[in-house]
Amino acid sequence: MMASSYNAKDEDGHHPGSVGSGGPGAVKSKKPDNTAFKQQRLPAWQPILTAGTVLPAFFMIGLIFIPIGIGLLVTSNNIKEFEVRAVAIATSYCVIRALCSYTAPRTKDFSNVFMYYGLSNFYQNHRRYVKSRDDSQLNGDKSSLLNPSKECEPYRTSDKKSIAPCGAIANSLFNDTLELFYIHPNGSRIAIHLVKTGIAWWTDKHVKFRNPGENNNNLSIVFQDTSKPVNWRKPVYELDPSDPDNNGFINEDFIVWMRTAALPTFRKLYRIIQKKKDNMTPTLPPGNYSLEVIYNYPVRSFDGRKRMILSTISWMGGKNPFLGIAYITVGSVCFFLGVVLLIIHHKYGNRNNNADIPN
Amino acid sequence: LNFCSWEERRVRANDRDYNEKFQYASNCIMTSKYNIITFLPVNLFEQFQEVANTYFLFLLILQLIPQISSLSWFTTIVPLVLVLSITAVKDATDDYFRHKSDNQVNNRQSQVLIGGILQKEKWMNVRVGDIIKLENNQFVAADLLLLSSSEPHGLCYIETAELDGETNMKVRQSLSVTSELGDPNNLAQFDGEVVCEPPNNKLDRFCGTLYWKDCKYPLSNQNMLLRGCVLRNTESCYGLVIFAGPDTKLMQNSGRTKFKRTSIDRLMNTLVLWIFGFLVCMGVILAIGNAVWEKEVGALFQSFLPWDPPVDNFLFSAFLSFWSYVIILNTVVPISLYVSVEVIRLGHSYFINWDRRMFCSRSNTAAEARTTTLNEELGQVEYIFSDKTGTLTQNIMTFNKCSINGHTYGEEQHMRVQALDFSAWNPLAARDFCFYDQSLLDAVMEGEPAVHEFFRVLSLCHTVMSEEKSEGELLYKAQSPDEGALVTAARNFGFVFRSRTPGTVTTQELGKAVTYTLLAILDFNNIRKRMSVIVRNPEGRIRLYCKGADTVLFERLHSCNHELMNVTSDHLNEYAGDGLRTLAVAYRDLSEEQWEEWSEHFRGADKATDCRDDRLAAAYEEIEQDMMLLGATAIEDKLQEGVPETIAILSLANIKIWVLTGDKQETAVNIGYSCKMLTDDMTEIFIVNGHTVQSVREELRDGGKEAEAPPPSLLESISGEFALIISGHSLAHALEADMEREFLETACACRAVICCRVTPLQKALVVELVKRHKKAVTLAIGDGANDVSMIKTAHIGVGISGQEGIQAVLASDYSFSQFRFLQRLLLVHGRWSYLRMCRFLCYFFYKNFAFTMVHFWFGFFCGFSAQTVYDQYFITLYNIVYTSLPVLAMGIFDQDVPEQRSLEYPKLYEPGQLNLLFNKREFFICIAQGIYTSVVLFFIPYGVLSHATQSNGVPLADYQTFAVTTATALVIVVSVQIALDTGYWTAINHFFIWGSLGTYFTILFAMHSSILFNIFPKQFHFLGSAHNTLGQPVVWLTIALATVICIAPVLAFRFLKLDLKPQLSDTVRHTQLVLQKKRKPGGRAGRGVGGAGGSRRSGYAFAHQEGFGELITSGKNMRLSSLALATFASRHSSSWIDTLRRKKHANSPGDRLLKIQLCHHRNKLHFKIY
Repeated sequence: MMASSYNAKDEDGHHPGSVGSGGPGAVKSKKPDNTAFKQQRLPAWQPILTAGTVLPAFFMIGLIFIPIGIGLLVTSNNIKEFEVRAVAIATSYCVIRALCSYTAPRTKDFSNVFMYYGLSNFYQNHRRYVKSRDDSQLNGDKSSLLNPSKECEPYRTSDKKSIAPCGAIANSLFNDTLELFYIHPNGSRIAIHLVKTGIAWWTDKHVKFRNPGENNNNLSIVFQDTSKPVNWRKPVYELDPSDPDNNGFINEDFIVWMRTAALPTFRKLYRIIQKKKDNMTPTLPPGNYSLEVIYNYPVRSFDGRKRMILSTISWMGGKNPFLGIAYITVGSVCFFLGVVLLIIHHKYGNRNNNADIPN
Repeated sequence: LNFCSWEERRVRANDRDYNEKFQYASNCIMTSKYNIITFLPVNLFEQFQEVANTYFLFLLILQLIPQISSLSWFTTIVPLVLVLSITAVKDATDDYFRHKSDNQVNNRQSQVLIGGILQKEKWMNVRVGDIIKLENNQFVAADLLLLSSSEPHGLCYIETAELDGETNMKVRQSLSVTSELGDPNNLAQFDGEVVCEPPNNKLDRFCGTLYWKDCKYPLSNQNMLLRGCVLRNTESCYGLVIFAGPDTKLMQNSGRTKFKRTSIDRLMNTLVLWIFGFLVCMGVILAIGNAVWEKEVGALFQSFLPWDPPVDNFLFSAFLSFWSYVIILNTVVPISLYVSVEVIRLGHSYFINWDRRMFCSRSNTAAEARTTTLNEELGQVEYIFSDKTGTLTQNIMTFNKCSINGHTYGEEQHMRVQALDFSAWNPLAARDFCFYDQSLLDAVMEGEPAVHEFFRVLSLCHTVMSEEKSEGELLYKAQSPDEGALVTAARNFGFVFRSRTPGTVTTQELGKAVTYTLLAILDFNNIRKRMSVIVRNPEGRIRLYCKGADTVLFERLHSCNHELMNVTSDHLNEYAGDGLRTLAVAYRDLSEEQWEEWSEHFRGADKATDCRDDRLAAAYEEIEQDMMLLGATAIEDKLQEGVPETIAILSLANIKIWVLTGDKQETAVNIGYSCKMLTDDMTEIFIVNGHTVQSVREELRDGGKEAEAPPPSLLESISGEFALIISGHSLAHALEADMEREFLETACACRAVICCRVTPLQKALVVELVKRHKKAVTLAIGDGANDVSMIKTAHIGVGISGQEGIQAVLASDYSFSQFRFLQRLLLVHGRWSYLRMCRFLCYFFYKNFAFTMVHFWFGFFCGFSAQTVYDQYFITLYNIVYTSLPVLAMGIFDQDVPEQRSLEYPKLYEPGQLNLLFNKREFFICIAQGIYTSVVLFFIPYGVLSHATQSNGVPLADYQTFAVTTATALVIVVSVQIALDTGYWTAINHFFIWGSLGTYFTILFAMHSSILFNIFPKQFHFLGSAHNTLGQPVVWLTIALATVICIAPVLAFRFLKLDLKPQLSDTVRHTQLVLQKKRKPGGRAGRGVGGAGGSRRSGYAFAHQEGFGELITSGKNMRLSSLALATFASRHSSSWIDTLRRKKHANSPGDRLLKIQLCHHRNKLHFKIY
């Protein structure tokens, strides 16, 4: 995109053997070597900003960015997203069954639907919060299990037993239960099957998080000398007793929570509603749905909010209008800038083409 | 005795045991700082005296406090250790070379008399009290008391160029009692004891007493040979070591070199302080934010995230958060800044060392950057202070032209013809003599009487001594190079001066030996400006031959010479216009009676005890009348190669050149003309020569007024160039506190300034004056020890190497062997260095602000908890691996225009002088750009990722994904920016830029790999992030978006600047690269030499010392063999040497004033330099 010229500078007329007396046995010449490097004559590409390179660059950016932006925006708009805000209605720390029913006017969608929970004003990115974990304990290290890292303070030990999993992150695990029912026009409630695996990074599930005790399937023995996190209602080995591959440290809800969010308002993947196998019926047929929340998680105290989001996914992920709009804007600005520069260039610019170089 | 040894030094010859008692320093010198054991502690101690290093140590300690530590300790310790070790390695190498050079000096051989036998000894083993033998052209090993010499009367000649820069030979004489101890056997028996002053740094003073055989002999500086001098024209001599090694006057004079800093350095330090202020502000803002957050949100959030135990309220938390933020924001001024700057300067220094076009094959010396920290200042020089002798000129005089009997010879040939070959007909001709005009030789052959007489004068009227080692091998010992040139010219044209005794001069005139009786030498002095000899030729005719300044001589010519005088005068004007040194030559026939009468008169004057000088002068005046003009000679004080061109180019580059010389006014002005500093087009040349405060002030005021007055017409303003010539004694007044402003203003209004007859100290004071008041970068260039003070004072000192003296080179920052290399040093290397350094700094501050400020914005979203945005490894490696090499490559290799262009267009040098490329304004632009980039880099990922999910539904808004995205975007943006900044893409640049990007991704994937995690699960918790993040198209779209938003405005802005207001360098570059037009080099040919210039004809421009005539006629400096013929005893037994010394400091009242001035200033300088 730039005018260039390879400029291997012409050799300077170097005079071989022009050294002093020069006779045999004469003093060794200290004349520096005549290499392109030492003489700063390395061949080089010397780009230069000219109207011929800069202006097309701007137009190119414009022409590339605007279509991409439009494409992104269209894709994003095609994604269906449905959000339920403010699930919490009751005071904290009382277990209630929140029963709400919503009308979800879903259009036909044959792909997987993803179910998220969202929290706002929750500072998972706080420095003391972020570091309050012991990755080697979570990786199944026996000694860390019984003697967790100091970073976990003050959630390191309880009743003189080490906490597993230790630290503030684990301690604040999101423990509401969300269930979704389809309200059949005939009034019956059909529970939607929610898949609770496959929601975490593969590396997290298979490398980073490991249960201690090798192949010992009886996790209660493995964790017997540890204590459950203070806020938890049940120990770590009872997170999902039904599925040994989703229990203990490798419970995916736990793993997802342990992957801290970058921003105080975030959402995390909760469940996946798998598409129908026949590819003929939509994953979530249009109709009324009821969301049932077992409310365990207190957010009122710090002015937090909970959400539940249902969303489909495209090649570029979830609904994300920002990217498309940004691309269109930047593309147009660049194009416009190109035009302005072109005008300026034609009207006032470029005296250096044939200017006399003042000396 | 012990008490005495404090006050005085006692040295007994040939008695090591006795001298050992005093524990005098040995002759071993040590300039190195460390040895193997002391290196580490001493070096570390020195390094931690640097504020920057201590600061980083402080940060390191902060990081070890867990409540504060927002970054792990290795983010600071890795760069710190790197920096400390690089510096340590550099110091170690420097010291190694110092050790080596010490060793080399210490191991020089000298001959020491031990037990009556001469033994070879290394210099370092020479002890005080030893007697050593010196041979011709050897360096004096220590401060010696001259005992005896091979020359008669214990005389020996030394050159003190390395000590005081004076190139004139000096005479030293031993005490007569010791000079008789000719051979080693006698000397071995010598057991005299010297009691003298303790070591000091006064070069011109020594007092002591020699006790020998129950007698006391006073000793003075006249008996001393100082270390650093070179023995000349003396076969050998013996000396007693009085001061050795560090006690010698040479070493006592080499004060600690002051550490020089460049203006960029100073600016950088100011900016770094500002940045620290900025950092504290950021810290305070974020700490306040933290207080508010902890109070409003954090307090409620405690059920999930309780405060750390020592923290019990939000204020304490804010206090800790301040320090945490100081730690994470400190990367705005990373430690690598200082290292990179040093590395770049080192690279530039190597380029200077490697430059073939600054290599002089004649002396086999390459340019050398002796200080590696000043390079970019070479691109900002505004004032050059140059020495004359040895720097502008070669100190070689050549007989260039002459005018004989109204006919001028030696006219400049357009096509250089072959130099005349004299050896064919004149076996005694000197081989290295060159003359190009055949007609003069023809005239000699044809036997033209005037021409013969002309050369006869040259062969007779001088004070040169000859030496004939073997038949025909003539060697002249001239005490001034001018005289040597004239006698050599006569020799080649067939009038060979062969030998002299006190009473005769033997010449060989066209192959025939002729012996003249030397009746009298009418010696040269400053007032007479001429010298004459009266000789009787073999036929018995008496003639007076005279040569001298034309102005003086023309007044004393016979009236019949009028016509010839006019013609010769025209010739002289012509010669002077070429900057040649001229002399007029005349003779007078004397009858026997006239001679008798005058010699009676003369003897009377000579014997007079009072007013001898005046009476002698009157006597001389009496006889030097009614002379017949023969012609004039023109001697070229050979300029160094390319001096006028260099000066022309440098003045086109707006650099002002001042010549500071110890030489006479006439000589200096001559050189001014010949190197085109002074031209005939100049409106006026002010000459300030006053001896009193008042007169100097008036002269300066006149000059100042005229130079500053608005030019009356347009024409005047174009050609209105002034020059100022000021002499040393006037300068003494001008440099006083109340007049220096006035002097400076006048001087700066002039295009050329020449200060003549200045002392080394005054040179330094002038430089200091300009440095202090003009805030401009000064460069001093010189070759001799007399330039050392100014070289050390100026911002940049340049020494001319390749000559014998090395004092100036040792004190200098850069050295090379030719003045003309200065243009390359400044216009090519200096300009590039400055450009590169400025581009480097701009980019460096930019990239670190872009990098660091992201944390600031993130602070608002993470509860001001000092959480970093990036992985800690990224923070550690960003400055030392990911972004360091491309900018280093740019800082070392970048070129905007090729070197030929910067010499063709000296105006390209101006941005450096005006400090345009990096100043506070540019700095703020860089900072603003950096902050803008950081905003984009934070908020674009923020906007995109907060809602985005991977294609498998997992949200992208987790911390690690965000960190990887931002870091990758940052690395790409700064790489694109460096690509935009790099103007000269060599393979190395390509390699570094692409390599850095490649390294980033490689390291990223390696650090996030499961292999490392399995080994250190606690350290590498970013497991899988790179893979999961960079596999997402959304992330790449985000990065592309951020890059375009960051770069597009920069591109548009640069394009507009280039398009609407191109700098000269842009235009030249554009012309060079795009239009590819072949342009002829700009008109920089020297101006034509103007015609008439009667005012500046050189006078008797000898670098000549009075008293040598007397020395000859006394026969003191003759060898005994040649004295055998001498019939008359020396007339003035010992007075000649006193005269020699006394006359050196002419005794006008003004000079006395000057001396007082000097003492005054010397005290001042002591404070300043030492």
